[in-house]
Amino acid sequence: MTIQDNFSKKVSRRTVLKAAATAGALQLVPPFIIKARGETPIKIGMVDPITGTYAALGTSEINGAKLALNQINHKGGILGRPVELVVEDSAANPGLSVQKAHKLIEKDGCSMLMGSVSSGVSLAVSPVAKEKGVVYMDTGGHIDAVTGKDCHWTTFRICTTTWMLAAGNAKTIADKFGKKWYFITPDYAYGHGLQADYAKLLESFGGTVMGNALSPLGTTDFSSYLIKAEQAKPDVLMILTGGNDTVNCLKQAVQFGLQHKMTISGSLQEMENLVALPPAALMGWWVFEWYWDQPGVPHVKQFVHEYRKLDRRKFNYPTARSWFGYAGMHSLAMAANNAKSVDAVKVARALEGMELPPEIALQPKKVFFRAGDHQLMSSEYPGYIPKHPSYPHMYKYVDVIEGDKIALPVSETGCKLDYPA
Amino acid sequence: MNSRYVRLGVLWLLLLTVPWWLPLVGGYTQLGTRVLVYALAAMGLNLLLGFTGGLSFGHAAYYGLGAYGVGLTLKYLAPSTPLALVVGTLVGGVAATLLGPTLMRRRGVYFAMITLAFGQLFYFIVVRWNNVTGGEDGLTGFVRQPLHFGHHVLPLHDVAFYYLVLFCFALATAIMGILLRSPLGHTWVAIRENRRRAQFLGIPVERYVWASFAISGFVTALAGGLNAMLNNFTSPLDLYWVLSGDFVIIAVLGGMRSFWGPLVGAIIYLYAQDYLSSLTDNWQSFIGLIFILVVLLFPRGMLGMLRMKARSA
Amino acid sequence: MELLLYDAFNGLIVGMFYALMALGLSMILTLNSVVNMAHGGFLILGAYLAFTLEPYLGFWGALVAGPVIAMVFGLIVERVLIRPIYKREDPVYSLLLTFGLALIMQDVARTIWGPAGLPFAIPDALNSPLSSSFFFLTGYRAVVVAIAFFAVVGLMLVMRYTRIGIRIRAGIRDLETVSGLGVNIYVLRAVNFGAGCLLAGLAGVLAAGQLGLTPTMGDSLIMPSFVAIIVGGVGSFLGSVLGGLLIGVAAGVMTTYYPAASDAVIYGIMALVLIVRPRGLMGQEGMFE
Repeated sequence: MTIQDNFSKKVSRRTVLKAAATAGALQLVPPFIIKARGETPIKIGMVDPITGTYAALGTSEINGAKLALNQINHKGGILGRPVELVVEDSAANPGLSVQKAHKLIEKDGCSMLMGSVSSGVSLAVSPVAKEKGVVYMDTGGHIDAVTGKDCHWTTFRICTTTWMLAAGNAKTIADKFGKKWYFITPDYAYGHGLQADYAKLLESFGGTVMGNALSPLGTTDFSSYLIKAEQAKPDVLMILTGGNDTVNCLKQAVQFGLQHKMTISGSLQEMENLVALPPAALMGWWVFEWYWDQPGVPHVKQFVHEYRKLDRRKFNYPTARSWFGYAGMHSLAMAANNAKSVDAVKVARALEGMELPPEIALQPKKVFFRAGDHQLMSSEYPGYIPKHPSYPHMYKYVDVIEGDKIALPVSETGCKLDYPA
Repeated sequence: MNSRYVRLGVLWLLLLTVPWWLPLVGGYTQLGTRVLVYALAAMGLNLLLGFTGGLSFGHAAYYGLGAYGVGLTLKYLAPSTPLALVVGTLVGGVAATLLGPTLMRRRGVYFAMITLAFGQLFYFIVVRWNNVTGGEDGLTGFVRQPLHFGHHVLPLHDVAFYYLVLFCFALATAIMGILLRSPLGHTWVAIRENRRRAQFLGIPVERYVWASFAISGFVTALAGGLNAMLNNFTSPLDLYWVLSGDFVIIAVLGGMRSFWGPLVGAIIYLYAQDYLSSLTDNWQSFIGLIFILVVLLFPRGMLGMLRMKARSA
Repeated sequence: MELLLYDAFNGLIVGMFYALMALGLSMILTLNSVVNMAHGGFLILGAYLAFTLEPYLGFWGALVAGPVIAMVFGLIVERVLIRPIYKREDPVYSLLLTFGLALIMQDVARTIWGPAGLPFAIPDALNSPLSSSFFFLTGYRAVVVAIAFFAVVGLMLVMRYTRIGIRIRAGIRDLETVSGLGVNIYVLRAVNFGAGCLLAGLAGVLAAGQLGLTPTMGDSLIMPSFVAIIVGGVGSFLGSVLGGLLIGVAAGVMTTYYPAASDAVIYGIMALVLIVRPRGLMGQEGMFE
């Protein structure tokens, strides 16, 4: 390394240094924000992926929360104070999410937390919320344990459990297409749990699990798993993956012509994935947790309209994720207002048993938080992708199954709420 | 001579009083603890990178092994913080020691590639062995335990834990400082400056580089273990090659030829990361930009530049 | 037994991808002495550009245009970012630089095209299996293998018989002497880097037809490419290609017996090669020693 290098660059580097130093110094000065009038705001922290594999899902959740935020503030906020949403990017990385959760609580002073798309993040953030005594609304992490054996008094969940997902469409598929199933399962807790739930249900109908291929998260090439599946000659191929994994798997399954040899189906499906699929791969029977096109259900059209004004992406019809964020934010605000406090214990008690009003539930059946495990009893929409779908009409549901009817009873979830003495 | 002791004194005074002044400048204690952890990891790496001239781009492997060592100990073996730290440090350090000879068969850029690939080997083992490690979702279900001093019990909440980390940091830096000032350290520098000449002088270069690799592995593993206790959580991302890259940039950013360089680098980098990720969705681009600017404009790092300025003044 | 055969054959197809990536990486590694951590970035650049241009140029036009634009971008990057650091002896700088570049490229792709996967359509004629028993050999995958094969062979021929190819090979052995002989090594290095990026872009477009087109798709392909180079031997292009095929087949075979280990097995092979024959299967003595 020659000395010349450094000196020849001296001028340009000094200028850059000075600029950086000034900018840096400015940031170190504590921001003295002058609050013109009104109360100090109530801050709700949200940890969701803005970058990374689940970014599309996370962005939908955040937009839903923002819409709710606007509506809440329009009506006077929480206890008369304005509400602020502080969003941190989790990049679906549990370790990073733990840090962000700490930051939101300790540095930003958030009194409540919400968020997560991935089960891993939910499982990591839930104990942090408990340690800090802050209510955490899990919007999108499905794994049973969050309101099951790893439940905490501070954690509530909007999206359904893996058991509810499985119970949502298992019977429909078994009756329609056959009882010999082959699973392609993502190799992490959510996948294992979901597959176990399906297997249990399938066997209760007298069906057989022909095989279960575990695919690592982020697998791009599913050919070897699809080869195994084809060899097993099942009636139904159950694709349990999520996000991009599902896109890749479906794309390749269709390229291999497997849809002519068996029924391609799966579990949870989301609009965000469907728009990424080429037309040939749009098929199969799935289950949605919410859908924008619910004729006859009040308030839904209005919600769709308002949401599309806020979300400016190309594909901007609200999805189940949007609803999770929306319902999550509204639930926290409603509970705090009902409890007349932002104290965590009072908010938690207020959430237990709380029923969502129709303009927030946006579903035809009753939707409420179950007291025993803090799980929202919302509905499942099993259905299928119609032939030649075009955005936004990508899905047709055949039933709306009430969550309360298919969820495991509290005693079987393994949840023991650990309220402080 | 005097000014050096003054500077060291100021440094330690600042480090000792972090929980008081850090929140005043927009930080929080957990961030300060994280800075120490990353600084320690980068200083461990820097024994190899900056002082011996070995470009390891896979040090996160030992960091992660340390983290899992701590987590698994607390979860399955015994609820003891000191034991967990010892186990974690040993796991990572021994792995580095055992791997050293295999990795060192090539130099320079090729060596970097091999360390990178081996780091990924460990990453995949941890991810796939999910019965034991929790796989993709990470290892949960362990919590740092209070320390027992005879009858006195010290619970390790945020501030107390910061001081434990600071204690470990002090211990590790003291050891590293002594090593670097010893003939061992001087030999390392000689190898860095001109490997061939060192060989001609009869120095068993391979053994010295191996020692550097092994010791740096132990230090980085300790940092990883402390990090696991900081979050009461660890995940395969603590072994991922991107984290290895973070350690390298921290060392280079602060100045890899200077002892405290990595600490300076950790402060700047973590603060930037923390601040940027709250500010903009494109924080990753800004981080990438930091990498590029450091390479093009500040190759000597912050401390390296200050040193050159002092010399030319 | 049948399953094993299928998996092995499938692995061979996947291995062609690795070979294509590894070849480009190897070129840049040996002549430019740069570990191009941003290779994945050029991969997605080619893929995304092809996606954007496909409505106007069709699939085949986009297949050409994407990699070519990626190459042009590579030439710019080489000139502006990489050339200033050639004279630095410490390899840490080129590594950090390309690492930073990789972060930026991924983030920019996410910002411009969004984080969701995009539907990159391939011609319908290719979208189905060639035979019912070898159902995993779709027309498209056959085309991918063919294109990769011709790209590799074409590159070998260029290296062997054209002037610039000979100069590049000479430069890998001894750049100083080549420069002393009057060859413009700046142009040589630029062309080499551009060619590497061209290959990466090509791999990207081909991958996009089969995998979901997302900003993170480069990450999963770059590591096996490194391993392919290490296994095949640094300094040997044929080695990189064979290394890619070998690890592709190994991973494929592993899924028959123990699928959880299928990605770790390639690192296991790498470890074995490094212990038993450190220079790689076809590596040359004295490279980076």
